[in-house]
Amino acid sequence: MTARYLMGRVVGLVVALVTVSILAFLLMHAVPGGPFDETQSPLPPAAKANILRKYGLDQPLWVQYLRYVWHALHGDFGIPYQSPTETVLALIARVWSVTLPLGAIVVTISFTAGLALGILAALRHNTWLDNLLTSLATLGMTVPNFVIAIWLIYIFSVQLHWLPTGGWGEARLLIMPAVAYSLQPMAIVARYTRVAVLEALAGDYVRTALAKGLTPSRVVVRHVLRNALIPIVTLMGPMIPDLFTGSIFIEFTFRIPGLGKFFVTSIFQRDYPMIMATVLLVAFLWSVTYLLSDLLYVLIDPRVRVGERSR
Amino acid sequence: MSLEGVASVRVMPEVRRGLWGAAWHGYARNPVRVVAAAAALLIVAASAFAPLLAPTRYDFATIEESLQQPSSRHWLGTDAIGRDVLSRLLYGGRTSLEVALAVVALAMLAGVPLGIAAGFAGGWIDYLVVRLIEVSTALPALLLAMLLISILGSGVGNVILALAVVAWIEPCRLMRAQALALRNRDFVEAAWALGASAGHLVWRHILPNTLGPLIVVITLTIPRMIFAEASLSFLGLGINDPLPSLGKMVSESVSYMQVYPVLGIAPTLMIALMVLTLTLVGDGLRDAMDPARGQRVGGLR
Repeated sequence: MTARYLMGRVVGLVVALVTVSILAFLLMHAVPGGPFDETQSPLPPAAKANILRKYGLDQPLWVQYLRYVWHALHGDFGIPYQSPTETVLALIARVWSVTLPLGAIVVTISFTAGLALGILAALRHNTWLDNLLTSLATLGMTVPNFVIAIWLIYIFSVQLHWLPTGGWGEARLLIMPAVAYSLQPMAIVARYTRVAVLEALAGDYVRTALAKGLTPSRVVVRHVLRNALIPIVTLMGPMIPDLFTGSIFIEFTFRIPGLGKFFVTSIFQRDYPMIMATVLLVAFLWSVTYLLSDLLYVLIDPRVRVGERSR
Repeated sequence: MSLEGVASVRVMPEVRRGLWGAAWHGYARNPVRVVAAAAALLIVAASAFAPLLAPTRYDFATIEESLQQPSSRHWLGTDAIGRDVLSRLLYGGRTSLEVALAVVALAMLAGVPLGIAAGFAGGWIDYLVVRLIEVSTALPALLLAMLLISILGSGVGNVILALAVVAWIEPCRLMRAQALALRNRDFVEAAWALGASAGHLVWRHILPNTLGPLIVVITLTIPRMIFAEASLSFLGLGINDPLPSLGKMVSESVSYMQVYPVLGIAPTLMIALMVLTLTLVGDGLRDAMDPARGQRVGGLR
């Protein structure tokens, strides 16, 4: 891996983030109506001008943007309109800490179960088990997670009375959101794992390993999985920030006060600083993990070389 | 070297089938897909003919009959302001289909020409299109659509517009890759050498050869857009009242689940059936129409 390739990727990342921030900034300010347009009790013009000056909303757009970037680079993302007593960073930290544990559970469940089921389906290729798992994976990949959430509520809350329909604070309240949220990533991982294992199973080295008398389980662990896992790692990487920033739909359905729910509230209340910070956070996490998973791919697969062809 | 084995290899007469004939032949091999296609057709027809099939209009409310359990009068009960759930379900399916089809049409109108121009012309056009794709994918698709809706406001037209901004990328990428691959093929070069214009090359040689993959992208984009519309409406960033939307019906049902679960179960089942059957049809078409995957018809057996 050459330093030049790395530099190029990092520059690309910064360019992408700057573009996203400019676009988001412009889009947000293109909206007619601002956060202080009161229809019920209009403010006196002088008071409104004062408020606009306080938040810097009376300046030309490019000044506002540059000022925003300057402050953001110093870790100051402004003050959320919806909760003026704290900073945007503090608010995001507060609501994200609700989402993070759920994300961690979902990543653990979906990746381990997805891998296991995918391997199982591939090893039982074209049996009823394979067909069943493939159909379930198709269901999990195509159906929105709030649909699954409603079905879980119907079965476990309405019919069986095992769990409450939603809420936050107890460990058992995590069960349904975690399952509903895990299904889609699990299905994606399982489906790709199945294909990757099937491809690896067809390799000549597998036939050789079997021919020289290795036990099938040893062949699977030592030869098949080692090769099949390479593409799967690059698939999983970019899924992680998505899962850790939470699902708006799951948080809405199960009434979880997390990052996703606050993002929707921010959109409805035109809370520019909050929207900008969340969008930048997601874009940043997204591009960084894409970069990292590409680098990881190069590190774990000796066949992939980037930059100069040294060998 | 013996030639005995050759006698057993027989050249089968090639069965002449058109694009659609070959596609159907490949598709119908799998019975699950035939069932999925029939179910998809049924749901699409039920939604399309909602005005004929639905017991009442979607916005017809009778307050005295609000929140009823399913009965012979209202097969799926009524919602909080006394509207017939079955009627809203059928009209909601219709809304989903209308939005999805409109988005796909817009996405194709933008994505296909851009993709072909980028792949066929190359140079600065290609550079611009690739940068445009990069910027559009710097955010998760749904987040981008939500941002746009937050600016444009909700409503059918704006939902279609916001989703089209997300949906043009895939046909564009596909057509760019196809045009790049076909540009240097012998038959295109031959036509070019004979003096064919760029327009003729694209229209007669590039486009017909990309029809299969393009149809697959179209069929797979429709369920994705139904999914996306339902998601946006679920958050209240989609279709506005009184027009029904399946996603909106689901989010409205959340607080009634304990007592009137049918309010949530009916629209979720409808969404699941729509996206699942249409995706299965798309997957089947891909296997049937993608020459790299499908089995050759005729030839050596």
